[in-house]
Amino acid sequence: MIRSLSIPERQVALALSVALALLGLAMAAAARHGAMAVHGAMAMALGLALLFALGGALYDPDAPADRARRYYDEPTRFGIVMTLCWALIGMGVGVWVAALLYWPEATPPWPATSFGRLRPVHTTSVIFGFGGNALIATSFHVLQRTSRARLADAISPWMVLIGFNLFCAWAVTGYLMGSTQSKEYAEAEWYADIWLVVIWVTYFVLYLRTLARRAEPHIYVANWYYMAFILVVAMLHIVNNIALPVSLAGAKSFTIWAGVQDAMVQWWYGHNAVAFFLTAGFLGMLYYFLPVRSGRPIWSYRLSIVSFWGIVFFYIWVGSHHLHYTALPYWVQTLGMTFSVMLLVPSWASAGNAIATLNGAWHKVRDDATLRFMFVAAVFYGLSTFEGSFLAIRPVNSLSHYTDWTVGHVHSGTLGWVAMIIFGAIYTLVPQLWGRETMAWPRAVEWHFWLAVTGTLIYVVSMWNAGITQGLMWRTYDANGALSYSFLQSVQAMAPYYLLRTIGGALFLTGAVICALNCRATMRAASEGATATDRPLAPQPAE
Amino acid sequence: MLRLHYNLEKLSMGLVVGIIVAASIGGAVEIAPLFTIDETVAIPDDLRPQTPLELAGREIFIREGCYACHSQMVRHLADEIDRYGPYSLAAESAYDHPMLWGSKRTGPDLARLGGKYSDAWHVAHLINPRAVAPTSIMPAYPWLTARLDTDILSAELATLALLGVPYSEDMVANAGRDALAQSRPDSDGAANVTERYGETVAIRAFDGDTSRLTEMDALVAYLQSLGTLTRAAYETLGQEAAR
Repeated sequence: MIRSLSIPERQVALALSVALALLGLAMAAAARHGAMAVHGAMAMALGLALLFALGGALYDPDAPADRARRYYDEPTRFGIVMTLCWALIGMGVGVWVAALLYWPEATPPWPATSFGRLRPVHTTSVIFGFGGNALIATSFHVLQRTSRARLADAISPWMVLIGFNLFCAWAVTGYLMGSTQSKEYAEAEWYADIWLVVIWVTYFVLYLRTLARRAEPHIYVANWYYMAFILVVAMLHIVNNIALPVSLAGAKSFTIWAGVQDAMVQWWYGHNAVAFFLTAGFLGMLYYFLPVRSGRPIWSYRLSIVSFWGIVFFYIWVGSHHLHYTALPYWVQTLGMTFSVMLLVPSWASAGNAIATLNGAWHKVRDDATLRFMFVAAVFYGLSTFEGSFLAIRPVNSLSHYTDWTVGHVHSGTLGWVAMIIFGAIYTLVPQLWGRETMAWPRAVEWHFWLAVTGTLIYVVSMWNAGITQGLMWRTYDANGALSYSFLQSVQAMAPYYLLRTIGGALFLTGAVICALNCRATMRAASEGATATDRPLAPQPAE
Repeated sequence: MLRLHYNLEKLSMGLVVGIIVAASIGGAVEIAPLFTIDETVAIPDDLRPQTPLELAGREIFIREGCYACHSQMVRHLADEIDRYGPYSLAAESAYDHPMLWGSKRTGPDLARLGGKYSDAWHVAHLINPRAVAPTSIMPAYPWLTARLDTDILSAELATLALLGVPYSEDMVANAGRDALAQSRPDSDGAANVTERYGETVAIRAFDGDTSRLTEMDALVAYLQSLGTLTRAAYETLGQEAAR
């Protein structure tokens, strides 16, 4: 990692590490106790660790002279390792909290391990830790290959990756200490939010600078999606997280939004985090890795244009479908519902385009578990977007909202679509970037695939049953016009589904563990063998 | 059109501008009108802000992630009104930074919880939910018996006042004292709490022990205040029933 930096770059990185350590020291000294002090100490420890690592290697041999004629893959490799680490943390916590709903007595008597604090640890670890690292790592890879150009500089990719992982670590440790904004999927406190903005701007500038060096006249469709992901997530993150800290020396802050306005801003953010974090970015991944792995060009160029702009334009309207029948103005709910239904067109155009791309390569889908991961991802993308449009229809939502059906829907998207496409990309990238023909244990990929599919199906089907049962029990009246079931009776009815859900999640987690071990074995047997064709088109002048 | 796009794909800044424009329209249309909220949502005359003790309880509610399983938003559907009470009005959460409407009911809605159970029931339930509801799957919160830290309350009220919550200078300055007094009905400060926050504020030892001010006091005070900050929802439903 340090060997890939030139000596002047190492000096700049050293200065940045000192700055990070000082920032951490300032935070810890100002706050003195509480979450912000711990987070300051974490930043300081990270800054010092980087400082020692860089200082020790400052005058080691310089970066290879021909590095400008190669792609810069070290950040992608680091990102993949972090993706796997967060997958194990996030999915592990997910299975644990799922089990707590079945065995609530198993909750240890400590505040940090309570369900309410662990739940955002699960969501943040899987969405930002697992999903975010995968997006950043693959975006660097795809950006370089489709532009035929090396990343614009050697330091900012590391700032993006290390800074982003510090954000994730701050967020999840904050929840354990009880520090949270309570905004779903945006729970991290104000200083972490500001930090993420800095990281994100660095990321976007790096993206544009690398695009500016491209040796291909056209910007490939995968990059449109990655750019939409970076830009719109920035917009959502900033607006939703505007808050007034109680003190600059403490973690606590109050959002400037109140009541119904806050609800609208929150779900405009919340649903578009799904749209632009969990969909747009991963469609970028799909548009690159599916054609590469199957050896087939994207089926329709026009359809990819229509679906891209359709997704960017329609998605932003739909957040209000989270607030049907609430105190939000009725017309906003109706707009959200209408656009949710219309969104099915560009969503299915993308899913259809992906599946049609496999025409002529179906034998590969049969034989290659990696390509099968991507195929199943496209199928679940189509299913989840159909389900999403359906659940957004007001009368359907009256039954499904507040129930486990929503949880099932989200997991059909995240397990079936997002995680599957990530695993497909990982199994494609790991052998390539560590200089091997195949994964160390090709058979284990097959095992992982079937564990993942089985786990997802058990999870989703049990949550459908749970949600519909709950929804019906809550609204059933007896002949006398009284409600038939108490709330507790509906809780009791959930027990078998919560157990099944835990089993489904555990199967999925088992697959992820196999994946991590397989990747570790592959990485350990790495060889330096960059292929002759996998390099930038025109050597760039020295940086 | 296709030709236009063919050229657009060669311009990274062209794509950037296109994405920003396309992704801004929907948000602008749906969010911007809510900035006229002052004119469109009438704040009921009897709506009071939370007392410092209730606010401290709200912070504990947020800290423990209670909102992940309990909504505070009764939808205007017959079964929800029958089960929980009058449907929620926008005005009721006008002072809530952030709102806690929630998105999931692993447990029941709490918007109308205030006054439904006794303080003793809440204390027993929070210490061990299965002691009072054997089939409950709620986690236990035995650590809520810890002493409540009231040092930050004045600063919190001051911050909320900046954001438009009607806390007077008097309320901000006395936040810590008021929190203590609300749990001690026999203390000198109790009358001040009533004076500042109104007759409807409950003043009692919520955890049953007047000698200590605990997190349990704060959380139970908060839970007992839910749905009682204004009568507007009951009046609206009454008017509709009369019609």
